[in-house]
Amino acid sequence: MRALCWVTAGELAVREVPDPELRNERDVIVRVRRSATCGGDLPLLAGRHPLLRPGDVLGAEFLGEVVEVGPGVRRHRAGDRVVVGASVACGGCWYCRQGLHSCCDNAHADLASADPDWARSDAGCFGRPRAAGGFAGGHAEYVRVPYADVSAFRVPDAVDDDRAVFAADVAPTGWLAAELGAVRPGDVVAIWGAGAVGQLTARAAVLRGAARVLVVDRHEERLRMAERHSDAEPLDYRRTDVAAELRDRSGGRGPDVCVVAVGTPPARSMADRFGGQHADRPDALREAVHACRKSGVVVVLGGTGGFVDAFPLGALTERRLTLRGAGRPDLRNVPMLLDRMARDELRTEHLATHRLPLAQGPEGYALFRDRADGCVRAVFAP
Amino acid sequence: MVPMGRLARAGPALGGAVLAGAARLLRVPHRGARPGADGDAAAPARWEVVTVDRPPEQVLPEGRWPEPLRRLDGAVEVRVRPAPGDRGTELAARPLAGVTPPTGLAAHLVGDDPGLLVRRTLRQIKQRVEAGEVLRADRSALDRPEVHG
Repeated sequence: MRALCWVTAGELAVREVPDPELRNERDVIVRVRRSATCGGDLPLLAGRHPLLRPGDVLGAEFLGEVVEVGPGVRRHRAGDRVVVGASVACGGCWYCRQGLHSCCDNAHADLASADPDWARSDAGCFGRPRAAGGFAGGHAEYVRVPYADVSAFRVPDAVDDDRAVFAADVAPTGWLAAELGAVRPGDVVAIWGAGAVGQLTARAAVLRGAARVLVVDRHEERLRMAERHSDAEPLDYRRTDVAAELRDRSGGRGPDVCVVAVGTPPARSMADRFGGQHADRPDALREAVHACRKSGVVVVLGGTGGFVDAFPLGALTERRLTLRGAGRPDLRNVPMLLDRMARDELRTEHLATHRLPLAQGPEGYALFRDRADGCVRAVFAP
Repeated sequence: MVPMGRLARAGPALGGAVLAGAARLLRVPHRGARPGADGDAAAPARWEVVTVDRPPEQVLPEGRWPEPLRRLDGAVEVRVRPAPGDRGTELAARPLAGVTPPTGLAAHLVGDDPGLLVRRTLRQIKQRVEAGEVLRADRSALDRPEVHG
């Protein structure tokens, strides 16, 4: 089969690779119909993961048709159209039983050697280096899906592929952000980042009854998109004093909930490294902490942020803020989000600004990485 | 982890009766010392412990060591106790002192860290009990006959 493979830092290629096979009883094989670029792929593309190997297949978000079913699978059969959650989770450990699938204990093959210091890894993920689970990605013609009864969800007929593919990761991540922020009716919610996750966080906040939702970014087309599709108020930080504007629009209190959805910080330059900047400076996070109302909640989303310097800890403690974080979503909200998609409460297809054949995967990732041509997400069809 | 009791019977067959009671420890006799994690040559090896989200009778059915732990019979000591907060069972193991190190392929895999084999074994037990199977990674293109693009 053909798949989009990592070659070296900054270089991807579509190559012929072996077909996936059932490796466990709870596996299914899915023939991919759509796969989406993901912000978590960008550090991999840049070669910032030491364990990535040439030939590793990328792609954490995908949707397709079940074509082969392991003997331990109960909920799926061949022919099912399914969207597959980006978190690989067993469904049976303590975390999964609490609904915390992104913290699953059993979603890594050979976890002990991947995580020699013991069990601090989160759930597995498709299209990551072997040390992050050992599961090939969805930018391919076929994918093996472990724990399919937990990770794969039948898509309602009323939801087309271009909408449903975003139920794999983006929509549940946005919903999780609103959950972690405990967004309630009447809240003022501010979101840094108007990418796909930021936009669907805004939509989740609206659906949970927020009175005002503000989105901060500098990309006009993304801000317009957030305004049109998520009922959010756009704030262009190049033209606005964001802190003053947020105070003004929240009656001087500050937003009840601040969500940082700006993705992975860019890699440090050599000049930064030798100049003494030892980690990335979280400008959006700092702004969010300072903007949030007393006793409010700051939610930070992002997969591979690493370390940051200059975090305003004093503001956090003095003002009794709660700081919460998430790298990947849980799976429990996916059926609910698919139902909302079927009822047209949640529209996501506009996020696929570039629909391309898989053969153009490298070009799609270049557009996505550079945010060129208004790219929010590139979606591939094999 | 503080020992809470002692079982004088060694080996994988521990007997179902030992699982009765609220808090207990299943442990083979301590046979001496081996280098500990803190560099003290006389210290026993550090326990490796995992919490399995099931009651002890499911982790050790009929009081017997489950696979693949049974394969380490004679090489490790094991202790078991209910986890606080109704979180299942704390299953701990550590290499026994004076046991001949693994040879051949096993030694290659384990290297100079016998704790790695113990951790992997405990992990596999946890996966078997909680998820019903030990998860296997995809075979990558590098592991299989080369296919040219």
